[in-house]
Order: sequence, then structure tokens, then C-alpha cells
Amino acid sequence: MMVAVGSLVGRLGMRQWGVGPSALTRGPLTACRRWAGASADTVYDVVVSGGGLVGAAMACALGKRISGEGGKKGAQELKSTCGHGISFVGFGAWDHICNMRCRAFRRMQVWDSCSEALIMFDKDKLDDMGYIVENDVIMHALTKQLEAVSDRVTVLYRSKAVGYTWPGPFSMADSSPWVHITLGDGSTLQTKLLIGADGHNSGVRQAAGIQNVSWNYDQSAVVATLHLSEPTENNVAWQRFLPSGPIALLPLSDTSSSLVWSTSHDHAAELVSMDEEEFVDSINSAFWSDANHTDFIDSASTMLHYVVALLKPTKVSARQLPPSIARVDAKSRARFPLGLGHAVEYVRPRVALIGDAAHRVHPLAGQGVNMGFGDISSLVHHLSTAAFNGKDLGSMSHLTGYETDRQRHNTALLVATDILKRLYSTSAMPPVLLRTWGLQATNAVSPLKVSGHSELQDFCSLRKDC
Amino acid sequence: MWRGRKLSSCGVRFLETLGFGYPSTLAELPLRTSWSGNLQIKPWVFIEHRTMWFRAYRMTFSCLTRIKSYRSSWKRLCSTSQTTVDSNEVKTFLALAHKWWDEQGVFAPLHSMNDLRVPFIRDNLLKTSANHQLGKPLSGMKILDVGCGGGLLTEPLGRLGASVIGIDPVDENIKIAQHHKSFDPGLRKRIEYRACSLEEIVEETAETFDAVVASEVVEHVIDIEAFMQCCYRVLKPSGSLFVTTINKTQLSYALGIVFSEQIAGIVPKGTHTWEKFVSPEKLESILESNGLSVQTVAGMLYNPFSGYWHWSENTSLNYAAHAIRSKVQEHPEPAELFSKRETEELSANASTNPCVCEELKK
Repeated sequence: MMVAVGSLVGRLGMRQWGVGPSALTRGPLTACRRWAGASADTVYDVVVSGGGLVGAAMACALGKRISGEGGKKGAQELKSTCGHGISFVGFGAWDHICNMRCRAFRRMQVWDSCSEALIMFDKDKLDDMGYIVENDVIMHALTKQLEAVSDRVTVLYRSKAVGYTWPGPFSMADSSPWVHITLGDGSTLQTKLLIGADGHNSGVRQAAGIQNVSWNYDQSAVVATLHLSEPTENNVAWQRFLPSGPIALLPLSDTSSSLVWSTSHDHAAELVSMDEEEFVDSINSAFWSDANHTDFIDSASTMLHYVVALLKPTKVSARQLPPSIARVDAKSRARFPLGLGHAVEYVRPRVALIGDAAHRVHPLAGQGVNMGFGDISSLVHHLSTAAFNGKDLGSMSHLTGYETDRQRHNTALLVATDILKRLYSTSAMPPVLLRTWGLQATNAVSPLKVSGHSELQDFCSLRKDC
Repeated sequence: MWRGRKLSSCGVRFLETLGFGYPSTLAELPLRTSWSGNLQIKPWVFIEHRTMWFRAYRMTFSCLTRIKSYRSSWKRLCSTSQTTVDSNEVKTFLALAHKWWDEQGVFAPLHSMNDLRVPFIRDNLLKTSANHQLGKPLSGMKILDVGCGGGLLTEPLGRLGASVIGIDPVDENIKIAQHHKSFDPGLRKRIEYRACSLEEIVEETAETFDAVVASEVVEHVIDIEAFMQCCYRVLKPSGSLFVTTINKTQLSYALGIVFSEQIAGIVPKGTHTWEKFVSPEKLESILESNGLSVQTVAGMLYNPFSGYWHWSENTSLNYAAHAIRSKVQEHPEPAELFSKRETEELSANASTNPCVCEELKK
């Protein structure tokens, strides 16, 4: 089985590696740098276009699975030791990640700025809820893993796909049945299956003519690496919904955390350009200030709180405050625009979209790249079953299986995230009341909370970080 | 069995299929004496006519004396008959033959049947072989795909690492199959196609194959007994035979002929003839009497709404069978011998050739 990974440069605003296309070849090792060029006759089993987190992970997963027998064996391989179905263990990158750095978190507190309502996710046992891993760490681990499977995967760095030629319909017997990818240097790759993992402005998706439902959120996310005032057992993930957008603090180590603050474009530009002290003050006040509280909402939430306490006297989870921030890492501040996007079709004959090329979501739930990893998991499962049945990899019969699987899951998550984003974007009374009571009720009713918790945990809660 | 009283009916069938009054499914079509009118017929009927016509003088009903008479003098009928076919029909045929590889076209049920038959073949072969490469489970195996058509089943077997020979008496099918595999460098060396019938290669390929696959073929064969003997001969000792076919039941008539062909158009009209369907019991007895020990018989069901096949306990429609050639080389005893008189009666219409493989559909 052969895989080629093609890449476009990583997303604007994120510090990512521009990993080139990688190709799996059966023959002698192809150089990992400038590609010497295989013979004109070479037909790759798979080409992945896009070398970001999801593209590189896809190449790793395929490289690892090539020697496997597919089917059931593969499905077991893809289960992680932490029970979150993360694919990293399956293709061997998790060890690299653990050897570098990653941070487990055990609790998650999500609360409103307009009221006292909060929801706390907390595992009873001292188990980890999830892991926070930096973007660069993941990319480094994946690159190492790609080197380990370099006899089956060739990576073409610094190369760009400039055009795609699709196979003709079956009746055009003389035309090539494969997808042809023209690279920037003029060379061409032929493949049985092209996987588009080239981000939300996907060239593959546009070239295939797949319609994309999308809109902008009029928000940008500001990311930064922050240093805490004092070392602490930093294993809680914090998120507060401000009227301008959610602000989240994710633990990276005992002394540092990562910031993801979604806010208006103007405010985001301000945040990125203001000096360090002011920036740190804004963050602290965003988490601590009660300026948005109103008496009416406070009374309403207190009332529900008493009712809940009467019906279900359990220990009260009091609102806690996140650790205070002292400094921000120089040059770690960046921002990128937010929007929603969903491809109407994830697959066409010989084409499949994964990651942000297929779906783009608001970072408030931290599920963007996790959905991409879920896509990888599903697609690799379908492809290995198909390969084990001797099928043509580009055949729609199994690609539609992948599409159905993932569209069902992703659509629900996108809709839910969009609703939450809109619900929490306002400080008008009725929605604030609704969400206050809703959040309190969910926090009180264990089954609801557990199912919500497990939804988030369907994929390891890896947050992208920069 | 296709002996005795069936002989005369087969003769009638032969005449019928020439177009002089086809079975009821095409009763409305006028009599034809030339091929030009065939353009009006639906594609599959056309193919069946043509193939039947080609095979007409290859039909034989003597069961086991055939085994000795492999050394027949006639060559591939296709080539000699093609010269009598109008070039317009050749063009029509070409247009049809391309449909083999349209996964949403007339052959969609066969494409999706691969989801059952490839794992069936693969898993049963893996059981018999101890060592296999990861990723290429059938590597090192030699497989014969009888009635391969456009290569729908041949290619997946090739992808799994086997060396496959696909044979089909219809030249066009072989051409399409060759053309399709020529694009895939991985398959070019592993698959070989030949436009011929099974009996033509029996001598040269005796005991060479680890597996013989006859999928959707035996319901088109006139003499199953002879066919199975050929399969026995080309198999290695302990080699596997895989058959998928349609049961002969009232249900298979209602659903397989009436519904599938005439009402829903899932299968082109005239593709199947109910009288030629064979029940698993009958197939089993033929196999056992020819040194092929039946290991598995499993029912298959097609869901026309989803387009997928499923395994089933029920064998009253489609079913698959796996048999293994016994290790001991035995010469199967003739179960029945035809009377000389009957043979002579039919010699006007049939030659004394052994097996008939009417690969109309693969």
C-alpha cells in the first residue's frame, strides 16, 4: 500500500510546520526532502494533501496500518490506553508526545459571567479527563512517526498542489481512472484516493466542486502561553463565557497555561497589540470580574439553587477561581478568525475530506481537531476493511460509509456548538436566564452531566495550542 | 439432472435461444433470422443470444465420457463467430461491455456482492494455508476465476496477493477486463485474462490451482456435472472450489425472475432461466459424487433498496458453497451414461464437447 501526503502551507496565524506531501511507496526509500520523482507509472494508493495536524496524523495512521491485516485488528489498535479512542496510540505518536510534554487535566469548570451558574466536570476516580497537548508537540511527534514509517510513507516537504485532475466517468475507457495531482514544481502524482486535509479553505474541496455551508462568526480567537503567579497543581481546565465570547485557560504545566480567548475582531487586535501588563490584567479581570452580573439574574439563580438543594441535597460545588496570571510568553500571542463551515459532501469518487476541510467549528468546546482525529479513525477503519476485502480504495461504497458515520457525528456537534455560541453571545435577559437555569440544572442532574461529559470525551480532549 | 427427459427440452431451449421463440420473458419479440434485429433487444438478452448461439454446438449432455474427449478440435468459438456478426452489433457490445465497471450501473449488485464473496473466499483460503503475508493474505496462491466477465471478482483477488487467471468465453469481456487492469501497476503482473472456456485449459492446467471460483456461473451452464469434473481436474489436491449461484425454488422464481428482471429491472431481462437454477442439495450431490467435499453452504440475500448483500441462514434465493477437492486422486465414477441413441439425436445440435461455461454474467 502506498500513501503520498501532499501539503499546503499551514493555516495562517498558527505556528505550524509546513509539512509537504508524503507518499507511501513500496519501492526503495524516497528522499524525505526534495522529491526526486517516481516513475511516471507510479500509482500511489493514497495521497494526503495537507500537512497540518490532521493531514500528518492521517499519513501516520495509514503508514502504520499498511502492514496490518485490517478489519478487527485495526479497530483494536486504535483504542487508546486512556480509553478515549484517541488514534495516537494506534499509530505510535503518543509515546513521542508523552516523552516531550503533555498535561493531563482532571476537572473542568465552565461558568457564566452574567450569573453564578456553573458546571463542573469532575471524575470521581482520580482518572484523567483528558490531555492538553501543544500543537508543536503533536507535530513534532507526528513527524518523528512519519520518519519511522518512511518506507511506506514519503513526505514531500515544501511542495504545493496547484491543480487536480479528476478521473472521467467509467464509460471513458481510455482516460486514466486515477486522480492526478499537479505540484508546484510541475511534477504529477497519480493516486487511487486523494484525501483533502488542507484546512478550512481547502483546495481539494474547491477543486472537487463540493459545496461548503459556511459563515463567519465576527470573532477572532487570541491564543497565548501564560505563566502563573505561583506554581500550583495545575490540572483544571477553566472556561468562562463572557458576553464577547468565551475565555479559556488550559493547563500546560505547573507554572504555565494556555489561553484561548474568542472575542470580537477589534478586541482581539487590541489584545494582541497591547503591552504585556495590560494583557495580563485583561485576562485576570475577565476571569474574576463580576461586572456583568445583574441582581435579577442573581436572585433567579439563587432560587433555583435552593430548589435543587431541597430536591437533591448533595455537596455543593462552589465556584472556584482560576489561578492568576503573572506574565505572558513573549511572541506567543497570535490570533485567527473564527467561523463555521461544513462540507455538504465529505466524499466523491476517489476523494475524501477530513479535518477542517470537511468541518470548521468554534473553539469553545475544544473539539475542532478532535473531530478531525475522529475522521481519521473512521476513515482508516473503512479503508483497512476495504483493503482487506481487496477493494479499490477510491470506491464510493466504503467512502460513503465513512461519510455517513462522520456527518452524523459532526453535524450534531457543529449545531450544538453554534447554538451554545449564540446563546452565550448576549447579555440580554431572557437568554441569560435560560442559560443560567439550564446550566444549573445540568450541573445538578447527574445523568445529563455524565452524557455531556462523555460526549466531550469521545475524543481525547486535545486542545490545539500554539 | 440434465439427462434423459431433459435432453430434448434442452434441444428445444437451444432453438429457443436462437431467437425462434425465446422463453416467456421475451415472448413479445419477433422471430429473427438475422442479427440486425437484435439491436432492439435489451443488452443482456443480446449477449445471451449471442453467447448461446456461439455455444450451441458445444452443448453436450453426456456426462462423463466427455472427460476423455477434452482434445476437441474446435477453437474458440468467439473468434470464428465474430466474423459473422454485424459490426454494428460489435459497437453495441462495446458500449455494453463498458458497463461492467460502472458501480452504479446494471452490474451494481455484482459489485456489491464482492463484499460477501471476497471475504468468503479469502477467509476459507486462509484457513487452509498456514503462512501468509500481512497485507497480502492470498499471496502465493493460484486462483482460477471461471466466467470472470469484466474482472469484477478477479481484481479484488489479485489485490489480495493471489495470482489469478480469469477466463471468459466472451472476447469483449476479456478485452474490457484487460483494459481495466492495465491501469493498475499492482495488478498487471498478478492477473492474466484469457478468452476461452474451462475445458480448453483443463489439459494444460491440470492440478495447478489452489482455488477455482465459479461465481454466478453454474446457473448458466448446461452441464453442471461436466463443469464440476473440469473444476476437479484443474484443482490441486485439497484445493478449494467456490461457487455462488441461485437456488431453484418458487421464491427464486418470484423474486429472482419475476421481480428482479421483469418488474424492478435489477437484473437485465433474460439473464437467468429458472430451469437452470440449481438447488444446494443438488449441487452438493454433484460435488460429492465428483470428489469435491462440501465444507460450507451459506445463503445470501440482496436488499435492492440499500444495494447491499447479507449472509443469511436462508438458502432459498442466492447461496455460496465451498468445497475441497479430496486429497486422494480418484477418478469419479460416471453417475449415468447416456444412451447412444440419445447422443446421436442431439449430435445435430450439439458437439461432443465437455464443459459448457456460458459466462453471461460474472
